[in-house]
Amino acid sequence: MTAPLAIQTETATTATAPPPAASQSAPGGRWPARLLWGIALAAFILLWQFGKPVADWAFKVPRDWRIPAQRWISDAMRWLLDEASFGLFTFTDLTRFIAGAIEAPYRFILGLLSTGILDGRGSSATQLLPPLSWIAVIGVAMLIGHYAGGRRLAALVGGCFAFLAVFGQWSAAMVTLASILIAVPIGILGGLLLGLAAFRWRPVEAALRPLLDLMQTVPVFAYLVPILFLFGFGPSSAIIATIVYALPPMTRISLLALRAVPEEAHELGRMTGCSKRQMTWRILVPSAMPGLMVGVNQVIMLSLNMVIIASMIGAGGLGFEVLAALRRLDIGAGFEAGLAIVALAIALDRLSQAFAARRPHHESAEERERSIAKRHPYLASGVALILISTLAGLVSAPLQAYPEALQISSGTIGSDIVGWINVHFFDQLEAVKNTLLLNVLIPFKRFLTGLPWIGVVGLLALAGFRLGGWRLALTAAALSALIALTGQWEKAMITVYLCGISVAIACLIGVPVGILAAGRERLWKAVELVIDTLQTLPSFVYLMPAVMLFRVGDFTAMIAVVAYAVAPAIRYTAYGLRRVDPHLIEAGIAAGATPWQLLTKVRLKLALPEILLGLNQTIMLALSMLVITALVGTRDLGQEVYIALTKADTGRGLVAGLAVAFIAIIADRLISAGAARLRVRLGLATAEEIR
Amino acid sequence: MWSPTGSTTIRTVGPPGSNSRFLADWLPPPCPLWRQPFFSFAFWRRSEFPRPVPRDDPIVQSSATTSPPLSPAATRAAPAKLECRGVWKLFGAGAERYSVRDPNATDSGKLAAAGLVGAVRDVNLAVRDGEIFVIMGLSGSGKSTLVRCLSRLVEPTAGEILFNGENLLAAGDKRMIEIRRHSMGMVFQHFALLPHLSVLGNVAFPLEVQGMARAAREDRAREMIELVGLGGREGFFPRELSGGQQQRVGIARSLAVEPELWFLDEPFSALDPLIRQEMQDEFMRLQSVLKKTIVFITHDFDEAIRLADRIAIMKDGAVVQLGTPEDLVMNPATDYVAEFTKNVTRAKVVRVASVMEAATAAGEGTPTIAATATVSQAAGLFSDGVSTVTVLGAHGQPAGRLTRDAVVNVLMLG
Repeated sequence: MTAPLAIQTETATTATAPPPAASQSAPGGRWPARLLWGIALAAFILLWQFGKPVADWAFKVPRDWRIPAQRWISDAMRWLLDEASFGLFTFTDLTRFIAGAIEAPYRFILGLLSTGILDGRGSSATQLLPPLSWIAVIGVAMLIGHYAGGRRLAALVGGCFAFLAVFGQWSAAMVTLASILIAVPIGILGGLLLGLAAFRWRPVEAALRPLLDLMQTVPVFAYLVPILFLFGFGPSSAIIATIVYALPPMTRISLLALRAVPEEAHELGRMTGCSKRQMTWRILVPSAMPGLMVGVNQVIMLSLNMVIIASMIGAGGLGFEVLAALRRLDIGAGFEAGLAIVALAIALDRLSQAFAARRPHHESAEERERSIAKRHPYLASGVALILISTLAGLVSAPLQAYPEALQISSGTIGSDIVGWINVHFFDQLEAVKNTLLLNVLIPFKRFLTGLPWIGVVGLLALAGFRLGGWRLALTAAALSALIALTGQWEKAMITVYLCGISVAIACLIGVPVGILAAGRERLWKAVELVIDTLQTLPSFVYLMPAVMLFRVGDFTAMIAVVAYAVAPAIRYTAYGLRRVDPHLIEAGIAAGATPWQLLTKVRLKLALPEILLGLNQTIMLALSMLVITALVGTRDLGQEVYIALTKADTGRGLVAGLAVAFIAIIADRLISAGAARLRVRLGLATAEEIR
Repeated sequence: MWSPTGSTTIRTVGPPGSNSRFLADWLPPPCPLWRQPFFSFAFWRRSEFPRPVPRDDPIVQSSATTSPPLSPAATRAAPAKLECRGVWKLFGAGAERYSVRDPNATDSGKLAAAGLVGAVRDVNLAVRDGEIFVIMGLSGSGKSTLVRCLSRLVEPTAGEILFNGENLLAAGDKRMIEIRRHSMGMVFQHFALLPHLSVLGNVAFPLEVQGMARAAREDRAREMIELVGLGGREGFFPRELSGGQQQRVGIARSLAVEPELWFLDEPFSALDPLIRQEMQDEFMRLQSVLKKTIVFITHDFDEAIRLADRIAIMKDGAVVQLGTPEDLVMNPATDYVAEFTKNVTRAKVVRVASVMEAATAAGEGTPTIAATATVSQAAGLFSDGVSTVTVLGAHGQPAGRLTRDAVVNVLMLG
């Protein structure tokens, strides 16, 4: 036991050195800070190179140090399922009741859109009313589009829905639409109420903040199992998983929007003698509406993101089509179903944006005198359309369901292209893959997995301390230590390695593209369309061509992750550059800067905080995609989550999922703190504002 | 500066296609008499409006000895509508527990040592029924905090605020809602219009909050919109209006509940200078009709002397001088006040009553002028060789004699 003790004092310098040295250097002092880093790195390298024989525990967490979190969580779950009770009814009764309460309206909407209103269940069901015909649905969607945004939007929405019909995705798309139509309102209302509660009561906000962080960063796969146990297999579980996933941004955006309501509006409310309820619903919420609509849009997009994963627990719909196509590696079918999700996403996204931007129109006195039909032309024509098309559908089948003969499919084109590439460029692709694997991926993986965990924890704490002070240092150290102590260290390091390489490549591609696109309006429009599509295409779709070209393995996973995570790198770079104060650019030009100097000395410098936030987003997306790439045989935390999902092992899945969340939270906190410090140093914000 | 006839700053601001001119033509139709310059604000203000002389204010009094007594009507002080006694507002941790009653603990050094900022420091003032009371100060002087203390949007740390004799600080939440719903109105610097409501909806909002029926509140709101000259735009939304029009909506809204006490917090500061001048004229016109008790906040000294019956000048949270515009200009209490007043044209502030000679009989054939008129208004009468003008008191009786020399003296002061 003497040897470890000696090492302990050595490592103690890495972990405990920061405070005294840093307190002398406090803010601004650069030399002591560098010295501190030097000492810490030297100690770290010493430990890493020579520590192994003396202190094996610093590299591998000893068995008896481990926290049996998996067992605890599984036991807690079992208790909830079997024993927890509120006296009159058990916890399971409650969750099943919630599932039922969600299922009833879902069945109704699904009936309207897809199955028809049924009497009875299963195969013995008889149809009381046929579903809305495809003509009625497209027509109503176009009417809504016209109401919210005029002719162009109507055409766009109509086009998107027609795409669904023409490509034979109609029935699957309607199932997806039905679950979206249930999940989105619940998500919006829940998020708004939580946001209001956090706005009014500080303690609620403090309690909610870490919970929201976890909800956003724990991979969905990880909580599918407990949701399945609690709510049962079927659409309501899928809807609940979707809500869990889509709720946090709405809550955050609600809180931000409510905070942004000007002080004068509050004063107006008090001066006119508003009660608390009037203050909330007549002043705060309406004044915050533009901000809230951003949240609504987010909920819609995230719900669509979620439909595939939810299809694994019985949501069906487009997600199921993609998943099935992936399983039989039918790239054409998968891509079509993926594009159908994009079409649905575009339609819903543009509709919600148009509603957000919609200017209320003032009714003139003469308009008020007209008949009901004339006063509500949209409602009237919608009802008429539904009636006529339903009647027509009873007479003629093609008017009820889109005729199969008219459907188009890209068929095997996608697979053919990939096959052709494989036949002609197999050796080249293989060479690229092997070079990268051998020279970059594998050495980096070895390097990361060989690091002593205690040293990494210490370095993270030091970085946290330098960037954000004591609390951040504690957060970073505690979370990373928890990963190690729950026995996830090695897998976490593989996750970090894959994520790190993918993010680096995504930034190498994304930042230059962002710089190029930022100054050119037309190019930017094109790039924006591409990255919007990249982000709405279900992440599974990326896996297919990658698998077919490179087979399973880390390289394939990396390609898919880069394709998915490159969007924010481009978006935030361009956004940051475009947001730079034009006066400063003018000042730069007036001072005689060349375009290159202008870019490096003015624009990029001032855009750096935004670019850092883009990096942050890239990391988040890469992590969420990594979990999905478990399907192609990585060996990281994602695989752990996936295995737990197939084995229905709640504890194992949640612990691995939490480890992913911790990595995300550490990265997020460190980068945000860095960006905040940068903003202060660039004079874009004051230290008080940041605090 | 406002012009005595009140109608020289006419400017077209109506919607495109309407030629309505600001002051004269936008007046509500039931009062065609107002179109006469005779009924302009200046007439009201100079001849009939009671102009109280501050006598027993606890703040520096500068003019009591230098101004001769005004007409009986002017000296009859109206009762105080709103009174503010020893009001303090401290910001900072532990502000509630800090004792401002201890005279040793209230200088700024002691406060700073306790980590506190005195936003409002020991303010005593009384706003009288029907007067325009202007609180003037530069940014950070505490004027906005003071007006929020008066309306209790901000809870004062110490002191008493008496509204019609009732201490607002002792009123419970219910009572405060009651008072605000029926007795107070406030106009905000940045208008604070609700973006989702039309002009009509915004003006009717305070009534809606009270639970008034739709038809009744909309009728009342239409009246108010008509009054501020926005008739025909009830259906517009705030963003469709110019800044000046938006503030008219703000004014109409604050008047919709027929408040006894009208707070205006820098209502015209966010507007362009030309629009600001129009709005000031419009405001004076409204006041001549409505005769509210007004607390008006501004950082603009010209605006203050233009509109005020009395002005309180604030610096670092305390009132440094309180008096009529004439008092401040003629006898600034401190260098700080003098800094503001030095560029003010004396003749436009000094009253005839202040420089006239005593006389009991009217001079034969001389022109006459009211004692409350300013010297610059009187100056015109001396143009064709007249050497003295008879000054008339509030009831038209001769009160004194104004000589050419006296007028020239004032004009020479700048």
